[in-house]
Amino acid sequence: MIAFTDAERKEYHNIWVVAEILAGEIQPVTHELTGAARILADLRKSEVWVVVMGSGIEGKLESLFAYGADVAIVVDNPGLSGFVDETEAQIMKRLIVKYKPEVVICGATTRGRALIPRVSVMTHCGLTADCTGLSIDPENGDLLQTRPAFGGNIMATIRCSNHRPQMATVRPRVMKSPEPDPGRAGRIIKEEMLTSDTEKIKQIIDVFHSTETAYNLADAQIIISGGRGMKGPEGFNLLKQFAQRVGGAAVGASRAAVDSGWIPYAHQVGQTGQTVQTKVYIACGISGQIQHLVGMQSCDFIIAIDKNPDTPMMQIADIAVVGDLFEIIPEIIKGITNL
Amino acid sequence: MKIVVCIKQVPATNDAKIDPETKRIIRKGIKAILNPFDTYAVEEGVQLRDKFGGEVIVLSMGPPKAEASLREAISVGIDRAILLSDRAFGGSDTWATSYTLAKAIKKIGDVDLVICGKQAIDGDTAQVGPGIAAHLDWLQATYVMAVEEISSSSIRVKRMHEDGYDICEMSLPAVITVVKDINTPRVPSLKGRLASNKCEIPVWKPDDIGADISKIGLDGSPTRVVKTQPPPPRHTNTKKIEGSSIECAQSLLRELRLRSVI
Repeated sequence: MIAFTDAERKEYHNIWVVAEILAGEIQPVTHELTGAARILADLRKSEVWVVVMGSGIEGKLESLFAYGADVAIVVDNPGLSGFVDETEAQIMKRLIVKYKPEVVICGATTRGRALIPRVSVMTHCGLTADCTGLSIDPENGDLLQTRPAFGGNIMATIRCSNHRPQMATVRPRVMKSPEPDPGRAGRIIKEEMLTSDTEKIKQIIDVFHSTETAYNLADAQIIISGGRGMKGPEGFNLLKQFAQRVGGAAVGASRAAVDSGWIPYAHQVGQTGQTVQTKVYIACGISGQIQHLVGMQSCDFIIAIDKNPDTPMMQIADIAVVGDLFEIIPEIIKGITNL
Repeated sequence: MKIVVCIKQVPATNDAKIDPETKRIIRKGIKAILNPFDTYAVEEGVQLRDKFGGEVIVLSMGPPKAEASLREAISVGIDRAILLSDRAFGGSDTWATSYTLAKAIKKIGDVDLVICGKQAIDGDTAQVGPGIAAHLDWLQATYVMAVEEISSSSIRVKRMHEDGYDICEMSLPAVITVVKDINTPRVPSLKGRLASNKCEIPVWKPDDIGADISKIGLDGSPTRVVKTQPPPPRHTNTKKIEGSSIECAQSLLRELRLRSVI
């Protein structure tokens, strides 16, 4: 593969974020990624640009600046109301060729994971999925992308020194959203959607908004989660009782429990499930493989209950309760009921 | 209708080891299985062939032993299999992998539809399906939960999103990636097992697909794994609660009350 020369690499500047738009609204993941991009741009003494593609979005850009963007590139067109992968990829390619960003970061959502691999092939760029850490070499602009690999037992650092831009996806709620500064201002660049961008032979016939496809772990304040130590579906019934006694609690699960068929996939927390950032996370009988930890370790307060005091989960927890969860949890349920 | 299903053989366990030199996965000594998400792609390919006629072919890039996963696909009704296997393909990232698969799909010729699982459980990237579509310059639909209609010239699918789903119609040829909800994979029949034992699986090399050698394998991959390391510890000042179950429960109740959880 032909590598870029130093001179070619130096033509690429600024850190870009691809905005996630759902039903005409900018999603929180965009702000999280803008915060992460801000840190990289400051190290490179460059700017954060957010690419916004959608319909009827021009009035909604102020929040981007508050979260750290310097520039919003906006493509506002009724043709972008539904998600047409090919059209958005074509626009991205055109903008990348025109403005030459050094880094492009995109949310690892169903749309982002459909769009950005297409763009990376079209622009001949390296792409790293589901990064949990991003840092940049302040001198040469090489992006160091960290992600869990091989079932999550190890963290891999990936670099694409020979190509620009460098592309990465990051899952929602992996990066913390920065504090918004409402006084911060930025520039808006309007770009048109060209006829040559549009994919006439693809049509979005209908869009249905529903939550039936996902059990909403993300909105919960407290998650009570179970792993292999729950021993079966009956164990999860115990956790459901526990969650019912606690206001606003949802039931989560490790991959091991889901793969064993004890609870549906929608409850899975971790690299291949959902990433959560709750106030309290109670891990019951979860050993804490990396692929699970990356999905919940930014929760504010972690409680682990396990017989084995030496598991990775018990090591990272704020409170580690050593004991038999089939005795302890019923006692807790009793204790809450008697309050 | 001519359908190609792309599959990957993956390590069965979650505790694969890394080669300290190459920083790539060591496949030796670990049981290999057909990527679970790909079983839905295989089933969908077989069902569409049964409904609309034509041929369904399974394609994989991997070491020689990946043949076992191709045979597994034959045993549930796939017509024939092709394996892309050569040292020159080794070390491919998702860019080079999707390039190689796209070149093989072109070589097969007259393909109407490519089906992939939504992602492989070892890398979890979900990048190869859209990558194939981009290399072929075909249309794509990802996270497909149902194929609602298909004709010789177009397909209508239901795509899963975080906030619901949409119905998307596109012309063929196209690439779709499918999720668990789409079907229930069948178990192999006796006839299928016999067919899978008997079938010849051709092995294609870079020359067979007219691959540009600078775009395959490690050399063709824009990304480099530069370092692997254990994950950083979160923090160390864990408060330990021990004792009888009743004591543990009482201490924990106090902590939960302190944090207004209950």
